[in-house]
Amino acid sequence: MSTVFIAFQTNETSRGIVEAIEEDNPTAVVQEQPAMVKVDVPDSMTIRRSTIEEKLGRRFDLQEMHVHLITLSGHIDESDDEFNLSWKQ
Amino acid sequence: MTMTNDATGTAKKKLGLKERYALMTRGLDWETTYQPMEDVFPYATYEGIKVHDWDKWEDPFRLTMDAYWKYQAEKEQKLYAIMDAFAQNNGHLGLTDARYINALKLFLTGVTPLEYMAHRGFAHVGRQLPGVGARVACQMQSLDELRHAQTQIHSMSNYNKLYDGFHSWRHMHDRVWYLSVPKSFFDDAITAGPFEYMIAIGFSFEYVLTNLLFVPFISGAAYNGDMGAMAFGFSAQSDESRHMTLGLEAIKFMLEQDPDNLPIVQHWIDKWFWRGYRVLTLVAMMLDYMLPKKVMSWKEAWEVYAEQNGGALFADLARYGIRPPLGWQQACDDKDHLSHQAWATFYQYQAAAPFHTWVPSEEDMAWQADKYPDTFDKYYRPRFEQWAQMEAEGNRFNNGTLPLLCQVCQIPMLFTEPGDPTRICYRESEYKGETYHTCSDGCKNIFDHEQEKYIQAWLPVHQIYQGNCFGPDADPTSPDFNPLLEVIKWYGYNVGVDNRPYEGSEDQTNFRAWKQQTTSNAPAAG
Amino acid sequence: MAVKAVKEYVFAPMDTQEKLHGAQLTYIGWIDHLMFCAPFAFPFPPDMPFGAILEAVLPGSFGQHPDFAQIDWSQAEWTKGGRPFHPDPAKSLAENGMRHKDSLTFRIPGLTGIKGTSS
Repeated sequence: MSTVFIAFQTNETSRGIVEAIEEDNPTAVVQEQPAMVKVDVPDSMTIRRSTIEEKLGRRFDLQEMHVHLITLSGHIDESDDEFNLSWKQ
Repeated sequence: MTMTNDATGTAKKKLGLKERYALMTRGLDWETTYQPMEDVFPYATYEGIKVHDWDKWEDPFRLTMDAYWKYQAEKEQKLYAIMDAFAQNNGHLGLTDARYINALKLFLTGVTPLEYMAHRGFAHVGRQLPGVGARVACQMQSLDELRHAQTQIHSMSNYNKLYDGFHSWRHMHDRVWYLSVPKSFFDDAITAGPFEYMIAIGFSFEYVLTNLLFVPFISGAAYNGDMGAMAFGFSAQSDESRHMTLGLEAIKFMLEQDPDNLPIVQHWIDKWFWRGYRVLTLVAMMLDYMLPKKVMSWKEAWEVYAEQNGGALFADLARYGIRPPLGWQQACDDKDHLSHQAWATFYQYQAAAPFHTWVPSEEDMAWQADKYPDTFDKYYRPRFEQWAQMEAEGNRFNNGTLPLLCQVCQIPMLFTEPGDPTRICYRESEYKGETYHTCSDGCKNIFDHEQEKYIQAWLPVHQIYQGNCFGPDADPTSPDFNPLLEVIKWYGYNVGVDNRPYEGSEDQTNFRAWKQQTTSNAPAAG
Repeated sequence: MAVKAVKEYVFAPMDTQEKLHGAQLTYIGWIDHLMFCAPFAFPFPPDMPFGAILEAVLPGSFGQHPDFAQIDWSQAEWTKGGRPFHPDPAKSLAENGMRHKDSLTFRIPGLTGIKGTSS
């Protein structure tokens, strides 16, 4: 089994993003490190715009994640509504 | 007069991400008519990579140029707000300890010039790859890398006002012995063809290795109170996510285009994993020895970002016939040794390094022993205790003889045999009647595959002995000529200030005095 | 193997002996003494006697190690290019068969570094 991950700078927007990821990915493991937060999920991760908008209470363009992102791993598939990370093996 | 959508109030349906990406990256180029295409793209085929359909190239982020500018501008505004606040509030006095600043000196001299070279490299490759999707992605990366170089210089210029060793980083990068390691790495990549460069930098370095530099070290910068480095580091790494994705797309694209590409790509992965891994020797020691408050050990970082993440990556690429790079297992085995061997080297060559070194404190050695239970006490603690004792006796260990360097990675031959940390690893090759020395099977394989390239290596030790590393005012015929002192002057060091032990340095004294002033109105003592 | 290139790719090596003003490079490492992080590189005149390395050069390079004072050079076990080597101290480097960029190691039986840890 492989793990995909994504990491963000610790800030108010990423707090909402991480809450959304936890809600949409029940197997997510969140690790707080100095100034950053890293989320690991086995095999694949889905990030939904609608869930983030619910958490932040405002409209959100998934490409806004670029501003807060630190790093990630896995193949990306991105649309206007979802951002997916996965390994294909 | 044409009615606009806005005027009529009937908004046109907004384009989806995939449509926007297609419109902004396709049909932007053309078949030339008055010059043959192979003259316009002269480097497109000589490496042997076969491409049948460039339209199969897809950037998974689907980032278009307009969105790129928008988000990059936001990142810059955030970054400069933090850097300004840090400078305005004397943020350097919030550092855990001035020892930390030495990691920044290493970063500025060793990493920042590579960012600039990456900018040039991606501009060049973006020009030479015949596919427009790849060209757009390379253009963005080229701009990113320029931004990284500039923001790092800006951020660290604040330290240059107050601390030693930051003044001649660009000059040093082209001259100083250990900086030939990162310099030669990038020179090697940029003088390869465009496809090899994509595997070298885009895939091997960005995907497999940069997390190790920018994630734990920068998190460590934050942990030690350096908001400036944290800001530029995370801002740079946010671009790296895109770069990693480009590197992964590049490798998938090459492998899917033609089965003949597989052995070429595999060899490049073998070569560039090892080249990049050797450069990271510096990062290993930054994590374990140069951060006063430590975030994670090199070994832990390696396990998360190389073994776990790289393992998942190579398991995924196995469907194309790709195997993990040669040297992968050795790199995993060496995680218990790398940082200790590296720091011991800089400690003993202190006089030749423009940053300060020290023997780890008893508390730090206890941390090392805890993180490295199989190796630290057994192999490395005795060395450091010996040096602590010599310092106490007023006889600090200074190694004054130049070392043998590896012909490929250019690091002193300090690495030990796989499985035997008590023996230096020696490898030798013969080529056209000359002998060449390498530090490992990895570097020997690289040499043996392209001897004609590596016989041109500008090895600092050999250059010194050839007399090429003295300033114009040096007089080798003078009776009191001191060659090593002349070399250090030629490097641009402030001799006796930059290249001395931390204990008793200006950095140490000033930091202490300035810290005292933060809670007192009395003038600083001394 | 050949470097892939767009035209003929042939270059002169950077470190041939004639660039060293008559000297030849010799590399020397002391087995079981990793307090010295890497083998040393020296430019030596080929007509220098091997014994001069022991008397005039190595004390300056290895002398700070507590084991150094105990060395009995008659006990030294040398290698050159990884193979056993029996240099005659009275003969020159050239007469001892040493070539430009040869790599030597020596081991002194009984001397195994700080606290016997090969440091």
